[in-house]
Amino acid sequence: MSEANAADILADRSKMQVSDTEVAIDIIGMNKWFGDFHVLRDINLRVMKGERIVVCGPSGSGKSTMIRCINRLEEHQKGKIIVDGIELTNDLKRIDEIRREVGMCFQHFNLFPHLTILENCTLAPIWVRKMPKKQAEEVAMHYLERVKIPEQAHKYPGQLSGGQQQRVAIARSLCMNPKIMLFDEPTSALDPEMIKEVLDVMVGLAEEGMTMLCVTHEMGFARKVANRVIFMDQGQIVEQNEPEAFFTNPQHERTQLFLSQILHH
Amino acid sequence: MTDNSSIAFVMKEAKEAMPAPITTTGPLAWTRENLFSSPLNTALTILSLIFLAWMVPGLVQWAFVDAVWVAGSIDECRQLSSEGACWAVITARFDQFMFGFYPEDLRWRPILAFVLLCVALLPVLWDAVPARKQLFAFSAVYPLVAFVLLWGDGWVFQSVSSSDFGGFLLTIIIGVTGISFSLPLGILLALGRNSNMPFIKIICVTFIEFIRGVPLITLLFVASTLLNYFLPPGTSFDLILRVLIMVTLFASAYMAEVIRGGLAALNKGQYEAADALGLTYWQSMYLIVLPQALKISIPGIVNTFIGLFKDTTLVSVIGLLDPLGIIQPILADSTWNGLVVELYVFVGLFFFAFCFAMSRYSMYLERKLSTGDRH
Repeated sequence: MSEANAADILADRSKMQVSDTEVAIDIIGMNKWFGDFHVLRDINLRVMKGERIVVCGPSGSGKSTMIRCINRLEEHQKGKIIVDGIELTNDLKRIDEIRREVGMCFQHFNLFPHLTILENCTLAPIWVRKMPKKQAEEVAMHYLERVKIPEQAHKYPGQLSGGQQQRVAIARSLCMNPKIMLFDEPTSALDPEMIKEVLDVMVGLAEEGMTMLCVTHEMGFARKVANRVIFMDQGQIVEQNEPEAFFTNPQHERTQLFLSQILHH
Repeated sequence: MTDNSSIAFVMKEAKEAMPAPITTTGPLAWTRENLFSSPLNTALTILSLIFLAWMVPGLVQWAFVDAVWVAGSIDECRQLSSEGACWAVITARFDQFMFGFYPEDLRWRPILAFVLLCVALLPVLWDAVPARKQLFAFSAVYPLVAFVLLWGDGWVFQSVSSSDFGGFLLTIIIGVTGISFSLPLGILLALGRNSNMPFIKIICVTFIEFIRGVPLITLLFVASTLLNYFLPPGTSFDLILRVLIMVTLFASAYMAEVIRGGLAALNKGQYEAADALGLTYWQSMYLIVLPQALKISIPGIVNTFIGLFKDTTLVSVIGLLDPLGIIQPILADSTWNGLVVELYVFVGLFFFAFCFAMSRYSMYLERKLSTGDRH
């Protein structure tokens, strides 16, 4: 899709350490239905600490639904999800505990339009982590500097470009100091000129050893950053492999078709 | 293939911005744009001007030039000016219009309560007011202050019976109480209606649909007569209090539906982002959802407020002496018998002033809150 960007992405894989022993997310035999529709079928996935996983697949394949189950934006009906050692159940306390450790970025950013950029970033630390306001603002400015927009702190989201908004959304998640970051098509709603600035931030995160689960069609990003690419279709994991092998030598016929569709045009 | 040179173009220098021509800005442009933009518009403008020229002079003559301001009776009025308005009836009965039969020597108390009401409203309506936090504390205790001032505590302040209340005093008591309690109640009902918990949801839906399905007058009759049958014998329950409860419940059901509209208009992503950050249900409602949903609902909320304020006149049918209730005995009084228009115009103007103020305030609020977020 964005092969042109692939050359621009500078990523240092040597910095990205994957743990052999610590499990970040463990999904065991997970099933989910929307009414009668069996949207996720027997998903098994173990994510180690520090892994960067890219999930791709056609629309309607269940990839977004899968990562939304990890922080309980969607409820699964069968199987187990264990995040950072805590099993997801209907217990609200556990759900809140997990959500505190798992950051998420959405396709449409979902910044709070009635709050300034700074307030967007300090809200959760102040109310959820009970951090003093001053300290929360310092933390927020630190992360806003990291995503390179500290000068926008006192503007409202509506005054920013899409790329800037998505970077704010990433900073907002980072302010909670999460152990895992979920990205749900973070660049799909952006103009081509702005995709790179968001990907750069994500590469930076990967280099710092963040555990990342990313639904995206940015194959350049997948190649440079991911240590595993997962292909989903019809609610199932069809194929997964290291990026190089995945792109050059896809095994399943559905994967081959998908890759030929998105890479050769 | 076309010759490349015919379509190729490269910008040589950037074009400077120029000031707009006089015909697109300024009063002249406004007049042309708004009053004479098309033949139909021009015709309508001229027709309106003719209509105003025909109406306004007569109205001014009647209401001001020929009007009588002070007189003892309608006959005296007619002798002074046979064609003009007889405002003397308002002047003569002004105190009754304001306070009903509230004891004369205690009338400073409702006046003080009204002044304090304005102070209590300041921090609520205007965020730039100095010492807003302290004023908010006062707003919070104001209902108690107002109650003691108006009804008395029978100790420092002499007690006043509810049956003595009347006029605009009564209108403002019912209106302000109804408005300030129906909003929070309406919010809770709207949230309850959207709740995942079936029990709470059923209660809220039943309440809203029942109240909306019954005319306010019916509820007021229930309040004035039937309620006594349901209460244990011997309990007496102040009539004004009963009316306040009914009016508040009635308005809150409408409020709930208006706010539900605002909640539905909000992007689902806002709820999800709040959830994903780990905010609890009440935190996400208070910090994220309600500020936005209420902003969207401002026109509807103020609409309900205005409706409630005007509906307070319905209490005259259960014998309370609101301004319309005050008019009845005046109409029957031989001194003023025959005056109708002046009385209703006066009451109408009073309601218009309050409702118009509310409407303007809501427009100001909408403009103020729209800064920054252009979504």
